Amino acid sequence: MSAVIETRSLTKRYRDLVAVNGLNLSVQEGEIFGFLGPNGAGKTTTILMLLGLTEPAAGEVRVCGFDPTRQPLEVKKRVGYLPENPGFYDDLSGRDNLLYIARLNRIPESEANRKIDELLEQVGLANDCRRNVKEYSRGMKQRLGIAEVLVKQPQALILDEPTLGLDPDGAARILDLITGLGRERSLTVLLSSHFLHQVQQMCHRVGIIVKGKMIAQGEVDELGTAVFGERQWNFLLEVAGAPNGVENDLRALPGVASIEQRGRGWFLRCTQDVRPQVVSLVARRGLSLLQLRSEDTTLEEIYLKYFREA
Amino acid sequence: MTVVFWKELGDHFSSLRFMILMAIIVLLAVWAIYAAGQSIRQDTESVPAEFAFLSLLTSQSGGLFSLATFLSLLGPLVGIVLGFDAISGEYARGTLSRVLSQPIYRDSLINGKFLAGLATVAVLWASILLLVIGLGIILVGFPPNAEELWRILIFTVVGIVYVGFWLALALLFSLLFQRTVTAALGSLALWLFLTIFAPVIAQVAAGLIIPDPTTPEAIVRQLDIANMINRISPSALYGETVQILLNPLARGFGAALPEQTQGILLTPLALGQSLLLILPQFTTLIGLGAVCFGISYIKFMRTEIRA
Repeated sequence: MSAVIETRSLTKRYRDLVAVNGLNLSVQEGEIFGFLGPNGAGKTTTILMLLGLTEPAAGEVRVCGFDPTRQPLEVKKRVGYLPENPGFYDDLSGRDNLLYIARLNRIPESEANRKIDELLEQVGLANDCRRNVKEYSRGMKQRLGIAEVLVKQPQALILDEPTLGLDPDGAARILDLITGLGRERSLTVLLSSHFLHQVQQMCHRVGIIVKGKMIAQGEVDELGTAVFGERQWNFLLEVAGAPNGVENDLRALPGVASIEQRGRGWFLRCTQDVRPQVVSLVARRGLSLLQLRSEDTTLEEIYLKYFREA
Repeated sequence: MTVVFWKELGDHFSSLRFMILMAIIVLLAVWAIYAAGQSIRQDTESVPAEFAFLSLLTSQSGGLFSLATFLSLLGPLVGIVLGFDAISGEYARGTLSRVLSQPIYRDSLINGKFLAGLATVAVLWASILLLVIGLGIILVGFPPNAEELWRILIFTVVGIVYVGFWLALALLFSLLFQRTVTAALGSLALWLFLTIFAPVIAQVAAGLIIPDPTTPEAIVRQLDIANMINRISPSALYGETVQILLNPLARGFGAALPEQTQGILLTPLALGQSLLLILPQFTTLIGLGAVCFGISYIKFMRTEIRA
């Protein structure tokens, strides 16, 4: 394993505004990395520096072993970049848009044609590829964008908000596509997104950037432990019968940190696995157990916690 | 760069605005030539026989303007129309960051765009002048002689260079202003200023430098100063170039004292002599275009590209 994307104390200033402040980021080969942060945190600026589209004020960047400021072409040959809200030439067909990109990458015509057909098939645009892009819906444009970044057969993908403005189904399809393609081609993917639930499912690691600083980086579980001090055990409990007073009994159990009513049951935050005790308590009180479900720390909780602290 | 060039060229030729421009210019050109041809046929005495064909291009009788005037008015418009959204349009569509994240040098994009615009202009100008020559032969009844052909050819090249300047200017504006409309209005405003207001300002300024000229010498000097100031405008440079190029009888710019014209033979200038006269104007035109393009080039290489 080696780092495909690596930055060391990367900094970017716009006059008196520090957009990116001493950012350390590393994305390993074959990894899907979620790049999270509120709007204006410096995600896009970081991405632009990774591609050599803007110059860093200080710090080092390595992408696929090259410095994007010095050798932008070497980086651009190997990295597919999908900007936020990608635009296409409206009066060309989806296919011709891809063909133009293939030509800019100096892919021989016959090979480009074959590849483009294959990619359009994969992203589900094979039937629409001869229509002009101006007739495309937002979701179709995003899928065309995914096909476009793959035309050059990249080693790594950098996707800036690929799900922005899509409906939940469209967003899920895009993310599935990325996960599937990433695995199939063993691509390294850096993606920024606000769909935390999906990011948690598909990303190996995440990094959270707030006000230009990377405040946390690692696997979701690790981050949870870091945020809440210790490993969290969360359970959702639902019982049938007359649960009067059970709440107090639950609270009295050793290891239960907090308890809150949620719907017809309770949500327990615990410092250890209290499932056996809970089950026996429910049995002692003559109640029937409807469900006792373990809930992992969600990325959303981690995310919000960091934001409020930062 | 060739990829960008061919794509842009294809875009230009298939774009609606190019069709409209082409239609306007062809219609005006045909009209101007037809009117000029009619008046020459009615009044064969007024034109020098050896340059009947050139006077087709410059004759104002009949139509509103001569063809040369039409082209000098429409040329800037063509340049602006082809160039005003070169970069700002890519910004607006969000295609710029996508294209620039491909493995191409930044300058190949801007070079390709400029050259494609220039090639479009060249095709447009060449086809109009060919049309004019054909129409002229039918109207006047005899073909242009070799010298006239050379002069028309050089006139075409100068025209392309002139439009090239406006193309470079529009390109620069499209870079400076990220909004397409602002870029278009900016270049149009500059065009209006340079063609309409610059001569007026030059007059006023010359009037301030030499107030109330009484002697003929003073009048001529005032006129020379006005001309000199006016030459900051590329339209003036182009106008002077065309005036010398299409009229072999012209000896110089501006006015001359009676003593200076004494003893001048009223024979037409040889092509080489006319070229010598316009050389400063022509090189300045090229220089202005190059400066505009150079500024855009430097600016473009250094900007940050955000989607």
